[in-house]
Amino acid sequence: MLIRFKGARIVDPGNIDEEQDLLVKNGLVHALIDPAAEDPEPEVETIDVTGMVLVPGLIDLHVHLREPGHEYKETIETGLRAAAKGGFTGVCPMPNTHPVNDNAQITRFIVDRAKEIGLARVYPVGAISLGLKGSTISEYGDMKRAGMVAISDDGRPVENSQVLRRAMEYASGLGLPVISHSEDLSLAKDGAMNEGIVATRLGIKGIPNAAESIMVMRDIAIAELTGARLHIAHVSCEESVDAIRHAKERGVRVTCETAPHYFTLTDKAVADYDTNAKMNPPLRTEADRLAIIKGLADGTIDMIATDHAPHSKLEKEVEFDMALFGIVGLETSLPLSLKLVQDGVITMETLVEKMSRNPAEFLGMDNRLIPGNVADITVIDPDRCHVIDPATFVSKSRNTPFSGMEVKGDVFLTMVEGGIVFQRS
Amino acid sequence: MRFEHKDILDIESLSVQDISMILDTAEGMKEISKRPVKKVPTLRGKTIVLFFQEPSTRTKSSFDIAAKRLSADSISLSKSSSSIVKGETLIDTARTLEAMNPDIIVLRHGCSGAPHLIAKRVKASVINAGDGIHAHPTQALLDLMSVKERKGKIEGLKVSIIGDISHSRVARSNIIGFTKMGATVTVSAPGTMIPRGIEELGCKVAPDIDSCIDDADVIMMLRIQKERQESILFPTEREYSNLFGLNSERLKKAKPDAIIMHPGPLNRGVEISNEVADGNNSVILDQVTNGVALRMALFYLVAGGSRNVDTI
Ligand SMILES: [Zn+2]
Ligand SMILES: [Zn+2]
Repeated sequence: MLIRFKGARIVDPGNIDEEQDLLVKNGLVHALIDPAAEDPEPEVETIDVTGMVLVPGLIDLHVHLREPGHEYKETIETGLRAAAKGGFTGVCPMPNTHPVNDNAQITRFIVDRAKEIGLARVYPVGAISLGLKGSTISEYGDMKRAGMVAISDDGRPVENSQVLRRAMEYASGLGLPVISHSEDLSLAKDGAMNEGIVATRLGIKGIPNAAESIMVMRDIAIAELTGARLHIAHVSCEESVDAIRHAKERGVRVTCETAPHYFTLTDKAVADYDTNAKMNPPLRTEADRLAIIKGLADGTIDMIATDHAPHSKLEKEVEFDMALFGIVGLETSLPLSLKLVQDGVITMETLVEKMSRNPAEFLGMDNRLIPGNVADITVIDPDRCHVIDPATFVSKSRNTPFSGMEVKGDVFLTMVEGGIVFQRS
Repeated sequence: MRFEHKDILDIESLSVQDISMILDTAEGMKEISKRPVKKVPTLRGKTIVLFFQEPSTRTKSSFDIAAKRLSADSISLSKSSSSIVKGETLIDTARTLEAMNPDIIVLRHGCSGAPHLIAKRVKASVINAGDGIHAHPTQALLDLMSVKERKGKIEGLKVSIIGDISHSRVARSNIIGFTKMGATVTVSAPGTMIPRGIEELGCKVAPDIDSCIDDADVIMMLRIQKERQESILFPTEREYSNLFGLNSERLKKAKPDAIIMHPGPLNRGVEISNEVADGNNSVILDQVTNGVALRMALFYLVAGGSRNVDTI
């Protein structure tokens, strides 16, 4: 059976940006043909996507699927359903599950469970250290064979620089990148939001930018020392962007991601103690927000990830200090990021680089829309206006600060290996 | 004029008119405390819950006496007598309190914003008796009352607040309150105790105590909490006292009619010396007396009172 996407603008960075019809057959990209051309075969299922944008499937390098261990927040199944609805054909779950993904059995469990579900691909990130304790490194070789793609102790930094150095050296030999959750725990201690006037007014203890940037700089220095491939997770502040820009100029092998909330909101969103605006790193100031946008525009920030962090109501409807850090993001990431294109900050092509091509390259994959490649595809309806409503989320959790926000542009269809996993009716 | 607020959560949400009305009402209430029978029937039949999640004998007693002088029924719940220790969430607590049908809930809580969370979920009026390091509106209001009583006005006065501004809800509420009423506020403390961005609340920051007491009309000393030493805010109490303590020697540099305030409890010999605390410039005991009248006024106003207090 041949599927024909009719009438879309195909945006595939470095390959093509024009109106073409894309043909899919047997789970693969079959051909790109002129929109006026006849169907090449008699049996064709045509999907009318006139006026829409067809791109290689989006990949989210940073999610928390919570299984095993915290299935009341999210399961691999509900998380992947949210991914498909959000236009993601692949996600990288972080290892801070219970038990921690620090051995091949857990890695294999996640990979197998994801295959059974099949809504999106799962590329697990394994723990740098056993139990995320920061002292002994995990069996990266064994875990890589089970499907692990990178290592990180996300949720925590590796505090001991020597441990991080050894982890980087060891991972390099196996061709594994290291993803850094950059946080100086002593500077961030007891903090629950960005340090500054909003925190002072609310009487909430602050987390300064330096708690992040100091570790970004340290990790860059260790990457420089070891030659390891470093990726900085959830960049939130100006100083981190600057440090990464300088490192790239020196030729350090470093990439980084930010998340939609860091270029959409500031710490003002915390006013009235909204625990749905509490995440780590915290929402920063307007100057930081603009620095993130600049970093996205000039290429310093390579990717947009979500840091999708589902939490139950019980963990959020509490005193601000007590609330857990994190917000869901899979179902809001694309509409929020499209705003960058609407505002003229980046082109559609650059957005696709940051949400699809660059994460794919990070994972060592060729996801170009060329004949013979696997048909992982996202179709974007750039004109659909809607109001973000957590009640419509398919994720198990609803912890978002974007409830009620008007956005333009949304996912129309998500296809994984030639099969439609989500289509807006 | 009617008092329009259901809750008293912080000073920020009160207007200049609101504050003036509260202070005027409190002045009227003060007279009741001087009568031989210190009780009026104004709030008879009303129920006031005093829910103190953090220990505080002083503030709680002040609210309790205020409730009794207005003939309200007050019940006290503390951390140990309520089920909050058993893992009940604050929202559960709010629902439990609501089920008792109180008219007013007075809440003291260790987490900033806790009274806001409760106020959104209960029909009763919520009065914040101190939340985390955020706000202590009744303390700021009684401080305003005490200053107005001594100085006849607030507008144009120079107010200096000395101590741990970072961890003080009293400081925050007073900076906002005095600034709002037209005074100029200066704060001073070691750099470790000055939160970033504090100037945006409308105050100035002085590098040392001497440069901000010489022209001050009001000098407010804050309690230094010994347990804070763990978080490396100052090396020793001795050094703190030398650099930022108020003693009679230092007080000589101040204007003779400057008044000395302290929200209590005092750390005698640390932030304030005995002679200064008990001296002629001190209004520390007035603050305690006015606290009762001020809290009576707030109960009366949030319970819907708007009549002239003289008729009580
Ligand atoms: Zn993280
Ligand atoms: Zn994360």
